[in-house]
Amino acid sequence: MTAVLVLVERGGPGGSPVRKPSLELLTIARRIGEPAAVVCGPIDEATVDFLAGYGATAVYSADSPDLDEYLVVPKVEVLAEAVRQAAPAAVLVTSNPEGKDVAARLAVRLNSGIITDATDVAAGPDGPVVTQSVFAGGWTVRSRIRRGTPVITVRPNAARPERVADPVQPAVQPLAIELSDRARGARVVNRTPRASTGRPDLADAAIIVTGGRGVGAPEAFEVIERLADALGAAVGATRAVTDLSWRPHEMQIGQTGKTVAPQLYVAAGVSGAIQHLAGMQGSRTIVAVNKDPKAPIFEYADFGVVGDLHKVLPALINEIEKRKG
Amino acid sequence: MKIVVLVKHVPEPTAAWRFADDLTLDRSAVEGRLSQLDEYAVEQAVRLGEAGVPVEITCLTMGPAPAADALRKALAMGGDRGVHVLDDALPGSDVLATSLVLAKAVQRIGFDLVVCGMASTDAEMSVVPAMVADRLGVPQASNAAELGTDGTTLTVRRETDSATEEIAVTLPAVVSVTDQSGEPRYPAFKAIMAARKKPVQTWSLADLGIDAADVGLAASATVVEDTQPRPPRAAGTVIVDDGDAAGRLAEYLATASFL
Repeated sequence: MTAVLVLVERGGPGGSPVRKPSLELLTIARRIGEPAAVVCGPIDEATVDFLAGYGATAVYSADSPDLDEYLVVPKVEVLAEAVRQAAPAAVLVTSNPEGKDVAARLAVRLNSGIITDATDVAAGPDGPVVTQSVFAGGWTVRSRIRRGTPVITVRPNAARPERVADPVQPAVQPLAIELSDRARGARVVNRTPRASTGRPDLADAAIIVTGGRGVGAPEAFEVIERLADALGAAVGATRAVTDLSWRPHEMQIGQTGKTVAPQLYVAAGVSGAIQHLAGMQGSRTIVAVNKDPKAPIFEYADFGVVGDLHKVLPALINEIEKRKG
Repeated sequence: MKIVVLVKHVPEPTAAWRFADDLTLDRSAVEGRLSQLDEYAVEQAVRLGEAGVPVEITCLTMGPAPAADALRKALAMGGDRGVHVLDDALPGSDVLATSLVLAKAVQRIGFDLVVCGMASTDAEMSVVPAMVADRLGVPQASNAAELGTDGTTLTVRRETDSATEEIAVTLPAVVSVTDQSGEPRYPAFKAIMAARKKPVQTWSLADLGIDAADVGLAASATVVEDTQPRPPRAAGTVIVDDGDAAGRLAEYLATASFL
């Protein structure tokens, strides 16, 4: 069976050696071929075993401080070398800003077709068939790559990570990388990690609570965060909220923020502008609370409450805490 | 410093889009405009000049004849000249072909810095900046929230999911900027009039030395199998709060196993 390369992102929340979207990629890769993990940075036995648990049958490893210090191109050179050695049926990369940059440059070097933002990937007679959500989420498109090694970026939550019943011991293949000078053109001079909120990551949270302009004021946004904590959810914001600097940009959901597809999406004080809908209408269940009965978000809601969120949410938090006992 | 800003003419985001018979986006059916996210790129190029670096700003687009409107808007915002790559062979081009054409045009213009928006508001792939950079053999930084330059190095501040990063990029380079980088100016009437007199060149594929067989729908490395409208969501329950909405919502969430 042919290999399917997966670019693995190290370090997830809760001490996991690998981020959850990478486990989703390993799960998806099994539909097309034999997953081969490409790991940038140091690798230990525990990580190899962990990857094997999610179906990796081979691990390509490249370790150099340059991989963190310089943007994108070193990882492209690592992946290109792995492609040369493995002749894979496809390369899967997580659809986030860095992943897209890596995939884009790789596609140019391989002269291969690229499809981004996959919400699903399936095996097909002529190679992987990729599902995307387009036109602000209004249409679903299935397409495939007909030239070169398919390069596919896959959105977080496109699959549920599944362990394999009988992991095999993967062969670990170190990649000796001679980085070109070209790879050293964009250097990270300073990286200030943001303080952790202790909440799940927006990108792969099962539940998201989002506040919009209707929340009314930056200090009032606290009720959104309290509901999120009661539900064990991540916190999102609309563009109006981040433009007003009530909350930082990394919380923004929608066309110029994040695209999310959680199991449950709670939108409070969110009207439902098309740019926002584009980023969340793939959510499985949508709940909306808004004062305006004409707000477009109600057309998408599985359960809607026309009412004042500052009355409904605190009462809901009480109800949830009562039920938790 | 020679700056090239990549701009795209896109269908109005609020219009109803549809697929043409060849399963590409039907661009003739809707009004177009300069992609809102590219306005931030033009704005940043102009601001670099205002910050004291002498700049010459060329706005570059590829697309059918109406794409010239997007160029005019970019020139009204402060671009010095425009280049429009226009060729009957181009429609349906995938990102490999698009990046090839844009990179050849950038090379022909000459550049120290290429500035792009964070995504087009139609295809939304966000891969063209990296692909153009790779074809040009230069470094690139994506999603800049703040730019600065001394003429040899570009300094970028950007926000990732987990950190604030400061990046030093050796010029020549490609950068993309986010909608957090600074509100684009609204051109005054005088600027709109002045833009009509700014030079715009139209180049064909032959001008760029590109074989027509390497672009367009037939050369696309991807092929669409089918398209489906998203099934309408089953009508949900909407209740008006009479004081009991929280209880009913909690009941709904519990039934759906979220509590």
